[in-house]
Amino acid sequence: MKIIELKETFTASNDRDAEELRAYLKEKSVILFNLMSAPGSGKTTLLSRIITDLRGKASIAVMEADIASAVDAERIEALGAQAVQVHTDGMCHMDAGMTREGLLPMDLSGVDMIFLENVGNLICPAEYDTGAVKNIMILSVPEGDDKPLKYPLMFRESDALVITKTDALPYFNFDMEKAMERALRLNPDIKIFPVSAKKGDGMAALEDWLLEETRQFINQLTFAEHILEDLEVSRRQVSQGKVRNMAEALEDLRKRHGFI
Amino acid sequence: MHELGIVTHVIKTLIDVAAENQLTRIGSVTLEVGEVSGVIHEQILDCWDYMCAKRGPLFTGCKLILETLPAVTWCNSCEKTYPTVQYGRTCPHCGSGETWLLTGNECTIKEIEAE
Repeated sequence: MKIIELKETFTASNDRDAEELRAYLKEKSVILFNLMSAPGSGKTTLLSRIITDLRGKASIAVMEADIASAVDAERIEALGAQAVQVHTDGMCHMDAGMTREGLLPMDLSGVDMIFLENVGNLICPAEYDTGAVKNIMILSVPEGDDKPLKYPLMFRESDALVITKTDALPYFNFDMEKAMERALRLNPDIKIFPVSAKKGDGMAALEDWLLEETRQFINQLTFAEHILEDLEVSRRQVSQGKVRNMAEALEDLRKRHGFI
Repeated sequence: MHELGIVTHVIKTLIDVAAENQLTRIGSVTLEVGEVSGVIHEQILDCWDYMCAKRGPLFTGCKLILETLPAVTWCNSCEKTYPTVQYGRTCPHCGSGETWLLTGNECTIKEIEAE
């Protein structure tokens, strides 16, 4: 027997699948948003609101990931949107392979946005790249403003944080400023949208962001623009001490893009 | 279960490696596990045996070796490092909360023994 040195992250195979899936989405001109949250944070209610509000502006499809049952998919289909239910067979998260399996039976012609409702869990889903273009985390007011302290990885991996059920603020000790400050401390780039999907407060800002991200992805940034964007992120990671030095950050970039 | 997910992904990555290197059997796998990665050693070893038995010839009798990597935190305010497990998020040198985990959250496949 020989020893083979790998030094690969345990998700290396999944990371490759995720990159392939993003290339496939780009080819199909459709963006995939990965929605992550704890159970009961109001994901399906938020999605229902978005589908209704964006009618005529964007065509939306939804992939519901659940350990079992098809309750959420039925709620989405009632609004006239395409929905598929994916069962994770007991797994606590979605990965790129499972997401691809879920996408295959979908008719993507004319679809602009796909939302993946990940398994309700604030830990494991953050560890696995699903192949989504943007990660969105949902935190509901009743869950409390201390969640960034307890589940830091989820906040670091998300591009946007939607704080739902703001209509319930008067009934809970939820300090909005503290929640935002804690999230921004973990991830200075995170976009934060406090909303009430029930009453509609704050929805316009979130929906504008979704439309803008979709427009940018579908119109495709040039390769050079991607590299510049990545370099900017690397520089920030170095200054935050997340990556030891620029050489390490560049090595990571080189692996992802195949050169530099 | 978190550990089962990790094992599933380790095995998936190793199947790719085996195909690339034309391997027929993997005798052992060494995982580097960060001190604060949340991976429970006993559980991951159980999941490992279960998945190896299920995945057949390539993994028959394959041993999982775990190596712990210490957790170290970097303080942004005084620019020093300290052991995470002992002091948590607050820097013992200056009391600042502006700290980042440098190492300790890894779950890396260090090496494999194979033929």
